[in-house]
Amino acid sequence: MDDGVPSDRLKAAQGGSRRDLARLLTEVEDGRVAASELLGSSRSQGRSIAITGPPGVGKSCFIDHFLRAHAERGEAIALLAVDPSSALSGGALLGDRIRLSSPDDASVAERIYVRSIATRRSSGSIPSVLGDLVQVLHGCGWPLVVIETVGAGQSEVRCAAVADRIVLMEGPARGDAVQAEKAGLLELADLVLVNKADLDGAERHAAELRDSLALDGPDPPEVLLMSAHTGVGLDEALEALRDLPARSGSERARARERLANAAEARLVRHEDYEDILARIGNGTLAPEDAVEVIWRGG
Amino acid sequence: MAGSMRIVVAKPGLDGHDRGAKVVARALRDAGHEVIYTGLRRTPAQIVATVRDEDARFLGLSSLSGAHGHLFPTICQLLRDEGLDDVVVFGGGIIPDADRPALHEAGMRAIFGPGTTTETISDFVAEASSRDDAGVGADGGWIWEA
Repeated sequence: MDDGVPSDRLKAAQGGSRRDLARLLTEVEDGRVAASELLGSSRSQGRSIAITGPPGVGKSCFIDHFLRAHAERGEAIALLAVDPSSALSGGALLGDRIRLSSPDDASVAERIYVRSIATRRSSGSIPSVLGDLVQVLHGCGWPLVVIETVGAGQSEVRCAAVADRIVLMEGPARGDAVQAEKAGLLELADLVLVNKADLDGAERHAAELRDSLALDGPDPPEVLLMSAHTGVGLDEALEALRDLPARSGSERARARERLANAAEARLVRHEDYEDILARIGNGTLAPEDAVEVIWRGG
Repeated sequence: MAGSMRIVVAKPGLDGHDRGAKVVARALRDAGHEVIYTGLRRTPAQIVATVRDEDARFLGLSSLSGAHGHLFPTICQLLRDEGLDDVVVFGGGIIPDADRPALHEAGMRAIFGPGTTTETISDFVAEASSRDDAGVGADGGWIWEA
């Protein structure tokens, strides 16, 4: 199915061919070409926003509104919807499109690009792949990229940390704020949206989150109540996303996740990775010594 | 990932029966593929745009409404118009035997009816992905035989 070299494909994608853009992203996703090889040093300017949160809080539904609002203003917007691969089979069922109507609406579809991404087996490398996908999209005329990722688990948190800004979405009946704290996402968030404001408990959960965030430091993220279903607070939430400033606390937390991810990516890509795992497993190598070996490039 | 394909499973037209499509989507996931499910009531143009944007190698179409004779060939033609000649198209649902030759003629490589095992569909994907004459734009008219 391969026809053409990546640089020709890049030119076609920059000229507006979505087929070539899609195939280029596949090549990057499969690790056949890196964003830096493709784009050189000429990095295009762009913004990226991660929208994360527990399953079922309404991320896709809200993102659908976000995509539409941007496209209706005549601005191009791309979505990378990340879903986990099955640990058993390596396959994935990517169903984010079920909740998205804007990419199928002919009046705005031209300015909306949606791509479903599976985390695949090597969870350690997906955040760095995502970073490359964002760069390629920026380089092909998509200045705003949204990353949707389930906010549960380390690799998903790191997927969010790839973006310039992180929005945490919560919902009612999510337990107390300690649950949100546990996921490690609160400190990364530049904005918190509590969705399903039309349901009982949303207001209380928002208040708990505000209390919890106030304890964390001097620069807590704003907590907004909204309902993607009824539209209450929706315009305010969309407006807040337009020029969302980064918090000083979240900048540091995000940098930390990116550093940890770069380290893990190097580890996973090491040529003796499998051998090292086996030796740690059978007790002939201590993990600390293994790190030394990998760091020295041995 | 050798052998793992990106597959769009779609429900074209006015048809709310998606049990079959969901079973097939799950079976293909369990066979190690990345399956993108579109949800219900998509138009041919929407489905083709999804295949293009997702860079899917396979497209599975499900119809139980009786409109397959119109919808499936329309989708095959739109795929060729978009230059997506290498996409492999297969279908399933309630498709009478008499309607199948026309769908094969339109470029579909397999039609699976009730009673098909999920293993059969996985075998089809494996076989079609190893051939270079299975795309919707390929000449020769290869048809899957179980």
